[in-house]
Amino acid sequence: MLDLRLYMAQRISALIMAPLTLGHIAVMIWAVQGGLSAGEILGRTQGSVFWFLFYGTFVAAVSVHAAIGLRVIVYEHVGISGKTLTALTWAVFAVLIAMGARAVWAVTAGAGGA
Amino acid sequence: MRPSRAHPLWLAFVLHRVSGVALALFLPVHFWVLSYALTQPEKLDRFLSFADQPLVKIAEFGLVFLLAVHLAGGLRLMAMEWLPWSGPQKSLAAGAVGAALLLSGAFFLQVISV
Amino acid sequence: MSAQAEKLDVSVWRGDSDGAYQTFQVPAYESQTILDVVSWIQQYADPTLTYRFACRVGMCGSCAMMVNGRPRWTCRTHIKTVVKDGAVQIGPLRNLPVIKDLAADMDPFFDKWVAAGGVHAPSGSRYDPIEPVDPAGPERTEASAGIECINCSVCYAACDTVAGNADYLGPAALQRAWTLYNDAKHDARESILDAVSGTGGCHNCHSMGSCTVYCPNELDPMSAIAGLKRETAKNFFRKRG
Repeated sequence: MLDLRLYMAQRISALIMAPLTLGHIAVMIWAVQGGLSAGEILGRTQGSVFWFLFYGTFVAAVSVHAAIGLRVIVYEHVGISGKTLTALTWAVFAVLIAMGARAVWAVTAGAGGA
Repeated sequence: MRPSRAHPLWLAFVLHRVSGVALALFLPVHFWVLSYALTQPEKLDRFLSFADQPLVKIAEFGLVFLLAVHLAGGLRLMAMEWLPWSGPQKSLAAGAVGAALLLSGAFFLQVISV
Repeated sequence: MSAQAEKLDVSVWRGDSDGAYQTFQVPAYESQTILDVVSWIQQYADPTLTYRFACRVGMCGSCAMMVNGRPRWTCRTHIKTVVKDGAVQIGPLRNLPVIKDLAADMDPFFDKWVAAGGVHAPSGSRYDPIEPVDPAGPERTEASAGIECINCSVCYAACDTVAGNADYLGPAALQRAWTLYNDAKHDARESILDAVSGTGGCHNCHSMGSCTVYCPNELDPMSAIAGLKRETAKNFFRKRG
Protein backbone atom coordinates (compact mmCIF):
# COMPACT_ATOMS: atom_id res chain seq x y z
CA MET A 1 0.00 0.00 0.00
CA LEU A 2 2.53 2.57 1.15
CA ASP A 3 6.01 1.83 -0.08
CA LEU A 4 9.06 3.90 0.86
CA ARG A 5 8.56 6.31 -2.06
CA LEU A 6 4.97 7.23 -1.13
CA TYR A 7 5.90 7.38 2.56
CA MET A 8 8.68 9.87 1.83
CA ALA A 9 6.36 11.96 -0.36
CA GLN A 10 3.84 11.98 2.50
CA ARG A 11 6.38 12.96 5.15
CA ILE A 12 8.25 15.54 3.04
CA SER A 13 5.00 17.26 2.01
CA ALA A 14 4.05 17.29 5.71
CA LEU A 15 7.38 18.86 6.68
CA ILE A 16 6.94 21.55 4.01
CA MET A 17 3.42 22.30 5.26
CA ALA A 18 4.25 22.44 8.98
CA PRO A 19 5.60 26.02 9.00
CA LEU A 20 3.10 27.09 6.32
CA THR A 21 0.18 25.79 8.39
CA LEU A 22 1.44 27.63 11.47
CA GLY A 23 1.73 30.76 9.35
CA HIS A 24 -1.74 30.23 7.91
CA ILE A 25 -3.28 29.82 11.38
CA ALA A 26 -1.44 32.92 12.60
CA VAL A 27 -2.73 34.93 9.62
CA MET A 28 -6.28 33.69 10.30
CA ILE A 29 -6.14 34.68 13.97
CA TRP A 30 -4.80 38.08 12.99
CA ALA A 31 -6.98 38.66 9.92
CA VAL A 32 -10.36 37.87 11.45
CA GLN A 33 -10.08 40.80 13.86
CA GLY A 34 -12.91 43.14 12.98
CA GLY A 35 -14.49 40.72 10.50
CA LEU A 36 -13.51 39.67 7.00
CA SER A 37 -14.30 41.21 3.63
CA ALA A 38 -13.24 40.27 0.12
CA GLY A 39 -11.58 43.65 -0.25
CA GLU A 40 -9.55 43.16 2.91
CA ILE A 41 -8.35 39.69 1.90
CA LEU A 42 -7.50 40.75 -1.64
CA GLY A 43 -5.81 43.92 -0.41
CA ARG A 44 -3.40 41.77 1.50
CA THR A 45 -2.77 39.13 -1.13
CA GLN A 46 -3.23 40.61 -4.62
CA GLY A 47 -0.03 41.37 -6.46
CA SER A 48 2.06 39.85 -3.68
CA VAL A 49 4.79 37.50 -4.83
CA PHE A 50 5.26 36.37 -1.22
CA TRP A 51 1.67 35.22 -0.77
CA PHE A 52 1.68 33.66 -4.24
CA LEU A 53 4.70 31.54 -3.32
CA PHE A 54 3.40 30.88 0.20
CA TYR A 55 0.00 29.58 -0.88
CA GLY A 56 1.29 28.09 -4.15
CA THR A 57 3.71 25.88 -2.21
CA PHE A 58 0.97 25.10 0.29
CA VAL A 59 -1.44 23.96 -2.43
CA ALA A 60 1.18 21.78 -4.14
CA ALA A 61 2.17 20.10 -0.86
CA VAL A 62 -1.38 19.61 0.38
CA SER A 63 -2.43 18.02 -2.93
CA VAL A 64 0.32 15.40 -2.58
CA HIS A 65 -0.34 14.91 1.12
CA ALA A 66 -4.14 14.57 0.88
CA ALA A 67 -3.96 12.28 -2.18
CA ILE A 68 -1.65 9.82 -0.40
CA GLY A 69 -3.57 10.08 2.88
CA LEU A 70 -6.92 9.37 1.21
CA ARG A 71 -5.30 6.53 -0.76
CA VAL A 72 -4.37 4.76 2.48
CA ILE A 73 -7.78 5.34 4.06
CA VAL A 74 -9.70 4.17 0.97
CA TYR A 75 -7.54 1.03 0.80
CA GLU A 76 -7.87 0.17 4.49
CA HIS A 77 -11.57 0.93 4.92
CA VAL A 78 -13.10 0.44 1.47
CA GLY A 79 -10.75 -2.21 0.12
CA ILE A 80 -10.09 -0.62 -3.29
CA SER A 81 -6.64 -1.61 -4.55
CA GLY A 82 -4.42 -1.99 -7.60
CA LYS A 83 -4.86 0.23 -10.65
CA THR A 84 -8.18 1.64 -9.45
CA LEU A 85 -6.50 2.84 -6.28
CA THR A 86 -3.61 4.40 -8.22
CA ALA A 87 -6.08 6.14 -10.54
CA LEU A 88 -8.03 7.41 -7.54
CA THR A 89 -4.85 8.76 -5.93
CA TRP A 90 -3.94 10.69 -9.06
CA ALA A 91 -7.51 11.94 -9.49
CA VAL A 92 -7.57 13.39 -5.96
CA PHE A 93 -4.19 15.00 -6.59
CA ALA A 94 -5.33 16.48 -9.93
CA VAL A 95 -8.61 17.90 -8.58
CA LEU A 96 -6.94 19.46 -5.54
CA ILE A 97 -4.04 21.00 -7.41
CA ALA A 98 -6.29 22.37 -10.18
CA MET A 99 -8.83 23.89 -7.77
CA GLY A 100 -6.05 25.07 -5.45
CA ALA A 101 -4.07 26.71 -8.24
CA ARG A 102 -7.22 28.51 -9.39
CA ALA A 103 -7.85 29.77 -5.85
CA VAL A 104 -4.26 30.94 -5.38
CA TRP A 105 -4.39 32.72 -8.73
CA ALA A 106 -7.71 34.31 -7.81
CA VAL A 107 -6.44 35.86 -4.60
CA THR A 108 -2.89 36.79 -5.62
CA ALA A 109 -3.05 37.82 -9.29
CA GLY A 110 -3.78 41.41 -10.20
CA ALA A 111 -2.59 44.84 -9.20
CA GLY A 112 -3.54 44.59 -5.53
CA GLY A 113 -5.20 47.03 -3.18
CA ALA A 114 -8.69 46.25 -4.47
CA MET B 1 -14.65 -9.77 17.23
CA ARG B 2 -12.81 -6.51 17.87
CA PRO B 3 -10.29 -5.84 20.60
CA SER B 4 -10.98 -3.04 23.01
CA ARG B 5 -8.53 -0.47 21.71
CA ALA B 6 -9.49 2.76 23.38
CA HIS B 7 -5.99 3.53 24.67
CA PRO B 8 -4.49 7.03 24.29
CA LEU B 9 -2.31 6.45 21.21
CA TRP B 10 -5.13 4.63 19.40
CA LEU B 11 -7.41 7.60 20.08
CA ALA B 12 -4.65 9.90 18.79
CA PHE B 13 -4.56 7.81 15.60
CA VAL B 14 -8.35 8.07 15.17
CA LEU B 15 -8.22 11.83 15.74
CA HIS B 16 -5.46 12.16 13.12
CA ARG B 17 -7.40 10.09 10.59
CA VAL B 18 -10.76 11.78 11.16
CA SER B 19 -9.23 15.28 11.07
CA GLY B 20 -7.32 14.35 7.91
CA VAL B 21 -10.46 13.17 6.09
CA ALA B 22 -12.43 16.22 7.24
CA LEU B 23 -9.70 18.60 6.04
CA ALA B 24 -9.43 16.79 2.70
CA LEU B 25 -13.19 17.14 2.18
CA PHE B 26 -13.14 20.80 3.25
CA LEU B 27 -10.28 21.78 0.91
CA PRO B 28 -12.20 21.72 -2.42
CA VAL B 29 -14.96 23.84 -0.87
CA HIS B 30 -12.38 26.28 0.49
CA PHE B 31 -10.68 26.55 -2.91
CA TRP B 32 -14.03 26.97 -4.67
CA VAL B 33 -15.10 29.87 -2.44
CA LEU B 34 -11.75 31.63 -2.79
CA SER B 35 -11.96 31.36 -6.57
CA TYR B 36 -14.92 33.75 -6.43
CA ALA B 37 -12.39 36.49 -5.65
CA LEU B 38 -11.41 36.46 -9.30
CA THR B 39 -14.75 35.99 -10.99
CA GLN B 40 -17.43 37.34 -8.63
CA PRO B 41 -16.01 39.29 -5.65
CA GLU B 42 -19.56 40.17 -4.51
CA LYS B 43 -20.27 36.45 -4.06
CA LEU B 44 -17.20 36.11 -1.85
CA ASP B 45 -18.43 39.03 0.25
CA ARG B 46 -21.87 37.47 0.55
CA PHE B 47 -20.23 34.26 1.69
CA LEU B 48 -18.11 36.11 4.24
CA SER B 49 -21.18 37.81 5.73
CA PHE B 50 -22.88 34.40 5.90
CA ALA B 51 -19.81 33.33 7.91
CA ASP B 52 -20.67 35.99 10.50
CA GLN B 53 -23.39 33.84 12.03
CA PRO B 54 -22.59 32.35 15.46
CA LEU B 55 -23.13 28.76 14.33
CA VAL B 56 -20.79 29.19 11.38
CA LYS B 57 -18.21 30.68 13.74
CA ILE B 58 -18.35 27.57 15.88
CA ALA B 59 -17.90 25.46 12.74
CA GLU B 60 -14.89 27.62 11.82
CA PHE B 61 -13.47 27.03 15.27
CA GLY B 62 -13.91 23.30 14.60
CA LEU B 63 -12.05 23.55 11.30
CA VAL B 64 -9.16 25.47 12.81
CA PHE B 65 -9.02 22.91 15.62
CA LEU B 66 -8.92 20.05 13.09
CA LEU B 67 -6.12 21.78 11.18
CA ALA B 68 -4.14 22.50 14.35
CA VAL B 69 -4.62 19.02 15.78
CA HIS B 70 -3.62 17.37 12.47
CA LEU B 71 -0.51 19.57 12.41
CA ALA B 72 0.47 18.94 16.04
CA GLY B 73 -0.33 15.22 15.84
CA GLY B 74 1.66 14.91 12.62
CA LEU B 75 4.66 16.65 14.16
CA ARG B 76 4.48 14.21 17.08
CA LEU B 77 4.50 11.25 14.68
CA MET B 78 7.42 12.58 12.67
CA ALA B 79 9.39 13.33 15.82
CA MET B 80 8.83 9.75 16.95
CA GLU B 81 9.80 8.31 13.58
CA TRP B 82 12.76 10.45 12.64
CA LEU B 83 14.39 11.75 15.80
CA PRO B 84 16.64 9.32 17.67
CA TRP B 85 14.97 10.58 20.82
CA SER B 86 11.54 9.25 21.73
CA GLY B 87 9.74 10.95 24.57
CA PRO B 88 6.68 9.80 26.51
CA GLN B 89 4.29 9.38 23.55
CA LYS B 90 1.08 9.54 25.60
CA SER B 91 2.03 12.90 27.10
CA LEU B 92 3.15 14.19 23.71
CA ALA B 93 -0.17 13.13 22.14
CA ALA B 94 -2.05 14.90 24.92
CA GLY B 95 0.21 17.93 24.42
CA ALA B 96 -0.65 17.95 20.70
CA VAL B 97 -4.37 18.14 21.50
CA GLY B 98 -3.63 20.86 24.07
CA ALA B 99 -1.64 22.94 21.60
CA ALA B 100 -4.41 22.57 19.01
CA LEU B 101 -7.03 23.74 21.52
CA LEU B 102 -4.85 26.71 22.41
CA LEU B 103 -4.43 27.77 18.77
CA SER B 104 -8.06 27.22 17.78
CA GLY B 105 -9.19 28.84 21.04
CA ALA B 106 -7.18 31.96 20.21
CA PHE B 107 -8.84 32.00 16.79
CA PHE B 108 -12.30 31.55 18.35
CA LEU B 109 -11.79 34.44 20.78
CA GLN B 110 -10.92 36.64 17.81
CA VAL B 111 -13.99 35.73 15.74
CA ILE B 112 -16.47 36.15 18.60
CA SER B 113 -14.97 39.44 19.77
CA VAL B 114 -16.23 41.14 16.59
CA MET C 1 -18.70 -20.56 51.02
CA SER C 2 -16.49 -22.77 48.93
CA ALA C 3 -14.93 -21.52 45.71
CA GLN C 4 -15.97 -24.74 43.90
CA ALA C 5 -19.64 -23.85 44.27
CA GLU C 6 -19.24 -20.91 41.93
CA LYS C 7 -19.70 -21.34 38.18
CA LEU C 8 -18.39 -19.21 35.33
CA ASP C 9 -20.29 -18.67 32.08
CA VAL C 10 -17.58 -19.25 29.48
CA SER C 11 -18.50 -18.72 25.84
CA VAL C 12 -16.05 -20.28 23.46
CA TRP C 13 -15.78 -20.00 19.68
CA ARG C 14 -16.74 -23.22 17.86
CA GLY C 15 -16.12 -24.07 14.22
CA ASP C 16 -14.17 -22.15 11.56
CA SER C 17 -14.70 -18.53 10.53
CA ASP C 18 -18.44 -19.23 10.05
CA GLY C 19 -18.79 -20.66 13.54
CA ALA C 20 -20.49 -19.28 16.63
CA TYR C 21 -19.99 -18.99 20.38
CA GLN C 22 -21.06 -21.84 22.63
CA THR C 23 -21.45 -21.30 26.37
CA PHE C 24 -20.18 -23.73 29.01
CA GLN C 25 -20.59 -23.68 32.79
CA VAL C 26 -17.15 -24.05 34.28
CA PRO C 27 -16.46 -24.40 38.03
CA ALA C 28 -14.40 -21.53 39.41
CA TYR C 29 -11.25 -22.31 41.41
CA GLU C 30 -8.60 -20.31 43.17
CA SER C 31 -5.53 -19.58 41.00
CA GLN C 32 -7.19 -20.48 37.71
CA THR C 33 -5.82 -19.25 34.38
CA ILE C 34 -7.82 -18.77 31.19
CA LEU C 35 -5.99 -21.78 29.77
CA ASP C 36 -7.12 -23.81 32.80
CA VAL C 37 -10.72 -22.90 32.00
CA VAL C 38 -10.35 -23.88 28.33
CA SER C 39 -8.66 -27.16 29.37
CA TRP C 40 -11.49 -27.92 31.82
CA ILE C 41 -14.03 -27.62 29.00
CA GLN C 42 -11.99 -29.92 26.76
CA GLN C 43 -11.42 -32.49 29.52
CA TYR C 44 -14.83 -32.52 31.25
CA ALA C 45 -17.44 -31.00 28.92
CA ASP C 46 -16.55 -31.46 25.25
CA PRO C 47 -13.44 -33.42 24.19
CA THR C 48 -13.80 -32.15 20.61
CA LEU C 49 -12.82 -28.60 21.61
CA THR C 50 -9.68 -27.64 19.68
CA TYR C 51 -7.09 -25.27 21.12
CA ARG C 52 -3.33 -24.92 21.21
CA PHE C 53 -0.86 -24.77 24.09
CA ALA C 54 2.50 -26.21 25.07
CA CYS C 55 4.62 -24.79 27.89
CA ARG C 56 1.95 -23.25 30.18
CA VAL C 57 4.56 -20.82 31.58
CA GLY C 58 4.59 -17.99 29.03
CA MET C 59 7.60 -19.06 27.01
CA CYS C 60 6.35 -20.86 23.91
CA GLY C 61 3.80 -18.38 22.56
CA SER C 62 1.25 -21.06 21.58
CA CYS C 63 -1.80 -20.25 23.66
CA ALA C 64 -2.73 -16.68 22.72
CA MET C 65 -6.47 -16.11 22.21
CA MET C 66 -8.97 -13.27 22.13
CA VAL C 67 -10.41 -12.83 25.61
CA ASN C 68 -13.35 -10.43 25.86
CA GLY C 69 -12.13 -8.90 22.60
CA ARG C 70 -8.53 -8.44 23.77
CA PRO C 71 -5.61 -10.60 22.63
CA ARG C 72 -3.94 -12.25 25.62
CA TRP C 73 -1.54 -15.05 26.56
CA THR C 74 -4.03 -17.35 28.24
CA CYS C 75 -1.57 -19.39 30.34
CA ARG C 76 -0.35 -16.33 32.21
CA THR C 77 -3.65 -14.50 32.62
CA HIS C 78 -5.75 -15.14 35.70
CA ILE C 79 -9.40 -15.74 34.84
CA LYS C 80 -10.32 -13.45 37.77
CA THR C 81 -8.79 -10.47 36.00
CA VAL C 82 -11.01 -10.88 32.91
CA VAL C 83 -14.35 -12.21 34.22
CA LYS C 84 -17.17 -9.68 34.03
CA ASP C 85 -20.36 -10.51 35.93
CA GLY C 86 -19.34 -14.14 36.08
CA ALA C 87 -18.89 -14.42 32.32
CA VAL C 88 -16.02 -14.42 29.82
CA GLN C 89 -15.78 -14.77 26.04
CA ILE C 90 -12.85 -16.63 24.47
CA GLY C 91 -12.17 -16.68 20.72
CA PRO C 92 -9.40 -17.49 18.25
CA LEU C 93 -6.75 -14.82 17.53
CA ARG C 94 -7.94 -11.96 15.33
CA ASN C 95 -6.42 -11.19 11.90
CA LEU C 96 -5.61 -14.86 11.23
CA PRO C 97 -7.66 -17.58 9.50
CA VAL C 98 -9.51 -19.86 11.93
CA ILE C 99 -8.67 -23.57 11.60
CA LYS C 100 -11.17 -24.78 14.19
CA ASP C 101 -12.50 -23.47 17.49
CA LEU C 102 -9.68 -21.65 19.31
CA ALA C 103 -6.86 -22.69 16.96
CA ALA C 104 -5.89 -19.95 14.50
CA ASP C 105 -3.77 -20.65 11.42
CA MET C 106 -0.39 -19.08 12.22
CA ASP C 107 1.02 -19.51 8.69
CA PRO C 108 0.53 -15.88 7.54
CA PHE C 109 2.18 -14.68 10.75
CA PHE C 110 5.30 -16.79 10.24
CA ASP C 111 5.41 -16.26 6.46
CA LYS C 112 5.61 -12.54 7.12
CA TRP C 113 8.31 -13.11 9.76
CA VAL C 114 10.43 -14.64 6.96
CA ALA C 115 9.36 -12.04 4.36
CA ALA C 116 10.58 -9.22 6.63
CA GLY C 117 14.07 -10.73 6.56
CA GLY C 118 13.68 -12.47 9.91
CA VAL C 119 15.80 -15.54 9.20
CA HIS C 120 19.19 -15.19 10.84
CA ALA C 121 22.18 -15.27 8.50
CA PRO C 122 25.35 -15.88 10.50
CA SER C 123 28.29 -13.62 9.68
CA GLY C 124 30.83 -16.28 10.72
CA SER C 125 31.17 -20.01 11.16
CA ARG C 126 32.10 -22.14 14.18
CA TYR C 127 35.70 -22.10 12.98
CA ASP C 128 35.99 -18.30 13.23
CA PRO C 129 37.10 -16.74 16.50
CA ILE C 130 34.21 -15.35 18.58
CA GLU C 131 33.92 -11.62 18.08
CA PRO C 132 33.12 -9.74 21.27
CA VAL C 133 29.85 -7.77 21.39
CA ASP C 134 29.50 -4.97 23.92
CA PRO C 135 26.14 -5.66 25.61
CA ALA C 136 25.82 -1.99 26.53
CA GLY C 137 26.62 -0.65 23.04
CA PRO C 138 23.89 1.40 21.32
CA GLU C 139 23.24 -1.15 18.54
CA ARG C 140 23.14 -4.12 20.90
CA THR C 141 20.80 -2.20 23.22
CA GLU C 142 18.35 -1.74 20.33
CA ALA C 143 18.67 -5.41 19.37
CA SER C 144 18.30 -6.67 22.93
CA ALA C 145 15.08 -4.69 23.39
CA GLY C 146 13.22 -7.03 21.03
CA ILE C 147 14.76 -10.48 21.58
CA GLU C 148 12.29 -11.64 24.21
CA CYS C 149 9.55 -11.96 21.57
CA ILE C 150 7.85 -15.38 21.91
CA ASN C 151 5.97 -15.24 18.54
CA CYS C 152 2.59 -15.39 20.26
CA SER C 153 0.97 -13.09 17.65
CA VAL C 154 -0.82 -11.03 20.29
CA CYS C 155 0.52 -7.83 18.67
CA TYR C 156 -0.52 -9.07 15.21
CA ALA C 157 -4.06 -9.72 16.49
CA ALA C 158 -4.18 -6.32 18.21
CA CYS C 159 -3.09 -4.31 15.15
CA ASP C 160 -5.81 -2.47 13.23
CA THR C 161 -3.41 -1.78 10.37
CA VAL C 162 -3.10 -5.55 9.82
CA ALA C 163 -6.91 -5.76 9.96
CA GLY C 164 -7.27 -3.23 7.14
CA ASN C 165 -4.22 -4.21 5.08
CA ALA C 166 -3.67 -7.93 4.52
CA ASP C 167 -0.22 -7.33 2.99
CA TYR C 168 1.13 -5.50 6.04
CA LEU C 169 3.95 -7.47 7.65
CA GLY C 170 2.78 -6.60 11.16
CA PRO C 171 4.49 -5.62 14.43
CA ALA C 172 6.23 -8.90 15.37
CA ALA C 173 7.90 -9.49 12.00
CA LEU C 174 9.03 -5.85 11.76
CA GLN C 175 10.37 -5.87 15.31
CA ARG C 176 12.32 -9.02 14.42
CA ALA C 177 13.70 -7.20 11.36
CA TRP C 178 14.78 -4.26 13.54
CA THR C 179 16.45 -6.66 15.99
CA LEU C 180 18.46 -8.35 13.23
CA TYR C 181 19.26 -5.00 11.61
CA ASN C 182 20.99 -4.02 14.86
CA ASP C 183 22.66 -7.41 15.34
CA ALA C 184 26.39 -7.17 14.60
CA LYS C 185 26.46 -10.92 13.90
CA HIS C 186 23.73 -10.85 11.25
CA ASP C 187 25.14 -11.03 7.76
CA ALA C 188 22.21 -9.63 5.73
CA ARG C 189 21.59 -6.32 7.45
CA GLU C 190 21.32 -4.08 4.39
CA SER C 191 18.83 -6.38 2.66
CA ILE C 192 16.52 -5.98 5.67
CA LEU C 193 15.88 -2.34 4.75
CA ASP C 194 14.74 -3.50 1.29
CA ALA C 195 12.62 -6.28 2.77
CA VAL C 196 10.70 -3.83 4.98
CA SER C 197 10.29 -1.12 2.29
CA GLY C 198 7.82 -2.88 -0.03
CA THR C 199 4.07 -2.36 -0.31
CA GLY C 200 3.42 -4.27 2.94
CA GLY C 201 6.41 -2.81 4.76
CA CYS C 202 7.06 -0.75 7.87
CA HIS C 203 5.82 2.46 6.22
CA ASN C 204 2.22 1.29 6.52
CA CYS C 205 2.38 1.51 10.32
CA HIS C 206 0.19 4.26 11.79
CA SER C 207 1.86 4.18 15.23
CA MET C 208 -1.43 3.49 16.99
CA GLY C 209 0.61 1.43 19.43
CA SER C 210 -1.80 -1.43 20.20
CA CYS C 211 1.17 -3.80 19.72
CA THR C 212 3.09 -2.10 22.52
CA VAL C 213 0.02 -1.84 24.77
CA TYR C 214 -0.91 -5.53 24.48
CA CYS C 215 2.50 -7.26 24.22
CA PRO C 216 2.53 -9.75 27.13
CA ASN C 217 6.31 -9.49 27.43
CA GLU C 218 6.11 -5.69 27.56
CA LEU C 219 8.14 -5.24 24.38
CA ASP C 220 7.78 -2.12 22.22
CA PRO C 221 7.27 -3.08 18.55
CA MET C 222 5.93 0.41 17.75
CA SER C 223 9.31 1.99 18.56
CA ALA C 224 11.15 -0.78 16.70
CA ILE C 225 9.07 -0.01 13.58
CA ALA C 226 9.82 3.70 14.06
CA GLY C 227 13.51 2.72 14.02
CA LEU C 228 13.04 0.98 10.67
CA LYS C 229 11.26 4.04 9.28
CA ARG C 230 14.13 6.25 10.44
CA GLU C 231 16.82 4.06 8.89
CA THR C 232 14.97 3.59 5.58
CA ALA C 233 14.38 7.35 5.38
CA LYS C 234 18.07 8.04 6.04
CA ASN C 235 18.96 5.54 3.35
CA PHE C 236 16.52 7.24 0.96
CA PHE C 237 18.37 10.56 1.34
CA ARG C 238 21.79 8.88 1.21
CA LYS C 239 20.99 7.21 -2.12
CA ARG C 240 19.92 10.55 -3.57
CA GLY C 241 22.48 12.71 -1.79
